[in-house]
Amino acid sequence: MSDTSQGTGGLTFDKTKRSWPSELNVLMALIIIIVIFEALGQILPYMKDQSFLFDSRDRFDSIFNEARLKIIILQVAIIGIIALGVSQVIITAGIDLSSGPLVAATAMIAMSFGQTELVNGYANPKALFGTWAMDLPVIIPIVVGLSFGAFIGAINGTFIAIFKIPPFIATLGMFLICRGIALWWSSGNPISFPTDQYKAIGDGMMPVVWFLSLAVIFHLIMRYTVYGKHTYAIGSNEEAARMSGINVKRHKIMVYMIAAMLAAFAGVVLSSKASTAQAGMGEFYELFAIAMAVIGGISLTGGRGSIIGTVLGAMVLGVIRSGFTYIKLDGSYQLMAMGAIIISAVILDQYRQRKKA
Amino acid sequence: MNEEFVLKTEDLTKHYGGVRALEGANFELKKGEHVAIMGDNGAGKSTFVRQITGVEQRTRGTVIFDGQKVDFKGPIEARESGIETVFQTLALADHLDVPDNLFLGREKTKWDWLGPFRLLDYKAMRKDTMDALEKTGVKIPNIHNTIEKMSGGQRQCVAIARTASFHSKLTIMDEPTAALGVQETEQVENIIRQLKEQGEPLILVSHNMRQVFDLVDRIVVFRRGQICANLDIKNGDYTGEDVVAYITGAKTGAEYESTA
Repeated sequence: MSDTSQGTGGLTFDKTKRSWPSELNVLMALIIIIVIFEALGQILPYMKDQSFLFDSRDRFDSIFNEARLKIIILQVAIIGIIALGVSQVIITAGIDLSSGPLVAATAMIAMSFGQTELVNGYANPKALFGTWAMDLPVIIPIVVGLSFGAFIGAINGTFIAIFKIPPFIATLGMFLICRGIALWWSSGNPISFPTDQYKAIGDGMMPVVWFLSLAVIFHLIMRYTVYGKHTYAIGSNEEAARMSGINVKRHKIMVYMIAAMLAAFAGVVLSSKASTAQAGMGEFYELFAIAMAVIGGISLTGGRGSIIGTVLGAMVLGVIRSGFTYIKLDGSYQLMAMGAIIISAVILDQYRQRKKA
Repeated sequence: MNEEFVLKTEDLTKHYGGVRALEGANFELKKGEHVAIMGDNGAGKSTFVRQITGVEQRTRGTVIFDGQKVDFKGPIEARESGIETVFQTLALADHLDVPDNLFLGREKTKWDWLGPFRLLDYKAMRKDTMDALEKTGVKIPNIHNTIEKMSGGQRQCVAIARTASFHSKLTIMDEPTAALGVQETEQVENIIRQLKEQGEPLILVSHNMRQVFDLVDRIVVFRRGQICANLDIKNGDYTGEDVVAYITGAKTGAEYESTA
C-alpha cells in the first residue's frame, strides 16, 4: 500500500485484451451447423454421398456448390434487410413487430406508382390508378415507399418515446394497422406488371447486393457514429443516457423511423423480385427478422449485439432452411428446428449474462 | 453580495403529497468552498440535492446559482449550466467501455456535417480518458473493459473521473464512497482533494464522519427535512460527537432554534 494508490501503475491499454467478441460464437455455431449437414449428407442412406456446400460433381471450375450458396443468402436477404433495422430497435431494448405487414403495405403502395401502362400492347389489367401514375421514373415509387415507412416509424417512435406505450403493444397495434392498410389500398386486389426499372430493383441477386451493402453501411454507423453510440447507451441504461444529455425521445423516434424505412425498402425489393404486390406478403417476416437478430447475439434486454452478428444470424437461418431441404426434410421440421434454435440462442445469451453478473 | 456565492437557496421546500421531505432550506455555498451535507436517512439530504440538480421540481423557494435565479427543468439543464452530479445510482451505461462512458452525451466527433451520423473521434477520446484517469489517480486495469465487468469501486471511480474531467462550476457527490473498499475510497478522496486545489466548489453528501472532517470546510446538518446546524469545522471548534448530537437531535444550532 505504498505508491500504488497514486498514478497509473495498474493502468494498461492493450489492444489484445479486447474481450472475445460474441459474433465469433455465432460464426462457430454457423460452422457447426454446416458441418452437421455436411456429415448428414454422407451418413444418410438416401443421400448418396452428396455434399451440402461443396461441389459434388467432377468439375474443375468450382469448389463450392455455388447454386446452393446463392439460394442460402438470397432467401434470407430481404428479411435480412428488415433485421438490420430491427436489430437497432432491439439494441435500444425495444421491439418492432410491425415490420412484416409494413413490408406488405409498402409493397402495395410503392408498386401502385411503379406500374407500366401497357402489357403486351394492352392496358395494364391490374392498374390501380389512371394513366398519370403509369410508367413513372423508378425513383418515385421508391421515395413514396420510403416516406410511407418513415411515417409509420415516426408514429411507432412517437407512441413509444413520448406517450410511453410499451414497444410490444405500440408495434403490435401498428402490425394490425399496416396489414389493414395493405388490404385497403387496392381493396384486396394484387398490384402487378411493374415497369422494367422497378423490376430491376430486386432482380436476380440484387436483394443480396442491397442486404450486404446496407449491412456494411449500418455496421459502420453503429460502430463509428454518435447515432450508434447513443443507440447502445439508451439500451444499456436509459436513465444514464438521459442524465448524460442524450435526447432519448428524439433518438428513439429516429431509431424506429430507420427500422421502418428499412422494412419499407424490403417491401419495395420484395414486390420487385416477385413482380407483384399482394396484401398477404411478408407474413412472419417480423418474427424471422427478430429471430435473426436474436440468433446473432443481440440481447433482448438491450445494449448488446452488433450488425455483424445479425448478418451471421441471418446466415444461420438461411443455412438451416437450405439444409433441411437438402436432407429432404419437410418444411414443418424446418419450423420446429428454427424455433428450437431461437430458444437456445436466448438461453445462451441469458447464461452468458448470468456468468458475468 | 451574490458574487461570492456559487449557490444559494432560500426557503427551498419539497412536499411529496403530505410528506414534508424538505422544508424551508436556506443554504449557501461560497466560491471554492467544500461543504458536507450530513443527516440521518430520510433527513432530506438527497431530496435537497434533487431539487438543486433539477431531477425533481421544488414545491417552493428560490435557487440562485452563479449569481442568477435558476429553474432547471431537468438534470441536463443543470449540467449545461455547470452543475456536475455523481448520483447514488450510478449514471453509467453497463455495456459501454470507459471512454464511451466518460464522453457519453458529449462525444468528441469528426465530420460534424453528418449530423447525427457524425463520426466518433475514438483516438482523441481515448487519449483524454487516459489523461483524466492519470490526473485523478484512478486505476482501471483496461479501459476497454465494459462497465459491467468492473467492481463497484471501479464503477464509482469512472463516474467520478467523468465528473472531474469536465470543468464545472459546482460538483455534487451523493455518498460517493458508500459501497467502496479502503483503497477505492482513498482514490475518490484524492479526486475530491484535487477539486479543492483547483478551487472547484463541492457539495458532498456523506455518512462518513472521518471523511467529512478530512475533506470539507463546513458541515450542514439536516434533520427531519430541515437544516438544523451549520458548522464551520476549519478551526477545530467542533468534534464528531458534536455533529452526531446535531444529527440525532440532541442539539440544534442557535440560529435554527425555531425548527427544533
